[in-house]
Amino acid sequence: MAERLTDIGPPKYDLFWPQVIKDNAGKWLYHDILEPGVLLHVSETGAKIWSVRCGTTRLMTTMMVEDICKLADQFCDGHFRFTTRNNVEFLVVDESKLEPLKKALKAAGNLPIGGTGASITNIVHTQGWVHCHTPAIDASGVVKAVMDDLFEYFGSHKMPAQVRISLACCLNMCGAVHCSDIAILGVHRKPPVIEHTHLDKMCEIPTTIASCPTAAIKPAKVDDFKSVAVNADRCMFCGNCYTMCPAMPLADADGDGIALWVGGKVSNSKSMPKFSKLAVPFIPNEPPRWPTTVKMVRQIVEAYVAGANRYERLGEWAERIGWERFFEKTGLEFTHHHIDDYRFAATTWRTSTQFKW
Amino acid sequence: MAKKHQTPMLDELEKGPWPSFVTDIKRMAETGKDACADLLGQLELSYKDKEGHWKHGGIVGVLGYGGGVIGRYSDVPDLFPGVEHFHTVRVNQPAAKYYHSESIRKIMDIWNRRGSGMLNMHGSTGDIIMLGAFTDELENIFAELTSLGWDLGGSGSALRTPSSCLGQSRCEFACINAEDICYDLTQSYQDELHRPAWPYKFKFKVDGCPNCCVASLARSDCAIIGTWRDDIRIDKAAVAAYAAGEFAANGGAHGQDVKLDIQKDVCDLCPTQCMAWDGKTLSINNKECTRCMHCINMMPRALRPGKDTGASILVGAKAPILDGAQMGSVIVPFIKMEPPYEEFKEFVEKMWEWWDENGKNRERIGETIQRLGLGTFLAAVEVEPDPRHVKEPRSNPYVFYKEDEVPGGFDRKIEDYRKRHAR
Repeated sequence: MAERLTDIGPPKYDLFWPQVIKDNAGKWLYHDILEPGVLLHVSETGAKIWSVRCGTTRLMTTMMVEDICKLADQFCDGHFRFTTRNNVEFLVVDESKLEPLKKALKAAGNLPIGGTGASITNIVHTQGWVHCHTPAIDASGVVKAVMDDLFEYFGSHKMPAQVRISLACCLNMCGAVHCSDIAILGVHRKPPVIEHTHLDKMCEIPTTIASCPTAAIKPAKVDDFKSVAVNADRCMFCGNCYTMCPAMPLADADGDGIALWVGGKVSNSKSMPKFSKLAVPFIPNEPPRWPTTVKMVRQIVEAYVAGANRYERLGEWAERIGWERFFEKTGLEFTHHHIDDYRFAATTWRTSTQFKW
Repeated sequence: MAKKHQTPMLDELEKGPWPSFVTDIKRMAETGKDACADLLGQLELSYKDKEGHWKHGGIVGVLGYGGGVIGRYSDVPDLFPGVEHFHTVRVNQPAAKYYHSESIRKIMDIWNRRGSGMLNMHGSTGDIIMLGAFTDELENIFAELTSLGWDLGGSGSALRTPSSCLGQSRCEFACINAEDICYDLTQSYQDELHRPAWPYKFKFKVDGCPNCCVASLARSDCAIIGTWRDDIRIDKAAVAAYAAGEFAANGGAHGQDVKLDIQKDVCDLCPTQCMAWDGKTLSINNKECTRCMHCINMMPRALRPGKDTGASILVGAKAPILDGAQMGSVIVPFIKMEPPYEEFKEFVEKMWEWWDENGKNRERIGETIQRLGLGTFLAAVEVEPDPRHVKEPRSNPYVFYKEDEVPGGFDRKIEDYRKRHAR
C-alpha cells in the first residue's frame, strides 16, 4: 500500500476561525443577546462579532450542509459553527449583513432562529430507529413532534430560565440525558427473549452472565443447547446483556416506550448540578407523532412557566416547592415506579416529617 | 427514476414548523441516492412495527485502527438493499465545531461519492457522524479524509474523541483555553484514541468555566473545568449602569427589556451569600465565593472571573450502564492549565495506569473508583485528601484502617489478652 496517512488528528481548532476571532480570542469582554437567536460579542479591542443561532435536525443530508454553506458564503465569508446542542451559528463580522441573513434564513424555512437565553433550545438526541440496534424508541421523530409543539419557545425568551431537553433511545444513554431539565428516555419493559438455538454460537456465555448488574442470568441447558436463563423478577431491562449477546433481544412493540425525567442540570450556577428525576414512568410508543409524550412534556413546561421564579431552573423550582407539589402542579400521577429500588434507593427516601399536604 | 417507498407515517413528520428530517432525506433520495430512499423505507417499517430494524453490531474498520467505524447492517436487506450495509464513520471534529464552507464541502463531496450522504451534525461525543457506508468503501473514505487533513474519532474501549466548549475563541467567561487543551489531548493521545486497549471507553470534555456548556461533569470520565483562585473582577461603572437599568439582565437572556435588581437577582440568589449591595457599591467577599458563575452570568458587562485561572478536574461521570449514572467527583481542585499541560498529563497517565490495572471488563473509571474507593484512587494518583473532595465527611463509622496505621499492627496473641481478661 502506498504512503498511508494515519493518526493525524482533526484539523486544528483555529484553522476555520474568522479573522475577528483570530484577532480577539481571549480578549472578549462581554456578550449581549440582542434578540432571540442573535448574540453579540464585544472584545476589549472594540471588535464585534454577531452570531445568529438556528436549530437543525442533527440528522441531516449533505444537501442540508450545502444549504448552510451557501448562507455562510453569502453572509459570513463562509464561516459557521455548530453548538453542542445541534444548533448552527452563522458568524457575522459585517453588521450590515445581519438583517439580510435573518431574512434569508426566514425565507429558507429549514433553519429557525432561536435557542438562546431563556428559551427551550434544540433537543440533544441519539439515533433511535434510524440507525441504532438497541433502541426502545425512535429519536428524530419524537424530537420533531416535541419541537413542533414547543416551537414558540425556541424563538422566544419566555422561560423562567434556560430549558435543556434531551432524548436517549435506551438506557445506554448515548445522549447522556441524566442531567437534563427534561429528559425523554426510551425504556424496555420485557426481559430479553432468548434464542437458545443460536446463543452459544453468537455469544460468550460467561461474559453474558457477567454482564448482568443484578445477577439475573445463569447458565442453562435448553433442548440440548448450551444457553442461559433469565430470572425475570430480577431483570430491570437495562439491556446490557443484549449489548454483549445478540441472541438476547429486548425490543418489543408493546414492551417499549418512553419515560420522562425532569429537573436535572449540569451548570454549577446557583445550585449544585443535579440528576433528572422520574416524572412519567411509561408512555407507549405512538408513532408517527407521539401525542401523549408531546402533551406531557408541554404539561411539565407549562407548570414550570406558571410556577417558577425568574432565573430558576426546572429542578430548582421543583425542589423549592417540593416534589409532592410538583406532581400536583403538573397533574402527573405519582406511582410505585417513582420510588427507587436499586443501589442508591435509600438516599432518595424521605427521612423527615417536613413535607407539604 | 429515483427510488421511492410509500411512507405515510413519516409523511406526517413533514408537517409542523420545526425542520423536518424526513423532507431533507426525501430530497436527497430524489437525487438518486437509493440509500436515502431505503433508509426512509426501513424507518417507515420501524414506525409500523414499533421496533428497530438494524442488526447487532458487526466488526468493520480501516487498517491499523481499532475503532472509528461502527458496523451496521439492516435486518431486512432484501426489502431495502440500499441500506444493507449502513456503517458509521466517525470523523473527529475540529474543537468547538468551527467550519469554513470551502473545507467542509470537500468532505461532503467524499461522502456524496462514497457514502449515503446522511450525517449527524454532530454525534453525542462531538464527532461528525457519517451514517451509511458499505464495507468496500471504508478504506477509500479514510484515505480521502486523511489526504484532506481529517482523521477518524474514537469508538469501543478506547479514548473517545475529546470535545470542548468554544472557550476563549468567543466567550468572555472561559478561564482556560478549552479548545487548545482539547486539541492537545487529541493529538497527544492518538494511539489511545485509535487503538482500544482499556477496560471500557474513556472521555475527556473541556469546559471553559463552571457553567459547563459541554456538560463535562455529567458526560466525561475526566472533566476539565475552568475556574479561578483570585477575585472576581468588578467594573464599577458597569455595575452602576446595571443599577440604572441601562443594561439588560443576564446578558439579554430574558429580553432586552428585563433589567436587573442587583439585590434580589444577584445578591439574594448567591448560594454563599458572599455579596453585598448598598445601592451604590457591590462588594464580594471572594474568600467565601464558590465561583458558581451566577453573578457573572447576571452581569456579564460588570463582572469577570479572576485572572489566576486554571481548572478543576472531576473524574468518573457516566450514563447509567451499569451501576447507575454518576457525575464526576472532584479529584484535583485546582491545576494550572498552560501548554504543554505536562502536570495534567502526568495526572492522566497515573489515572489510566491505575484503571488499566484495576478496572474490570466494561467498567468505567467512575465505577472502578466506586468499587475500590475514592481514597484508594486518590492514593494511586498521588493526590492528598482534602475537604474539597467530599460534600460532607462520612457518616458511616466503618473505617477500613490499614495495619500500618495502628501502633503495634494487627498481629496479637489471644494468650496475652486472656492474661488481662478472664474468659
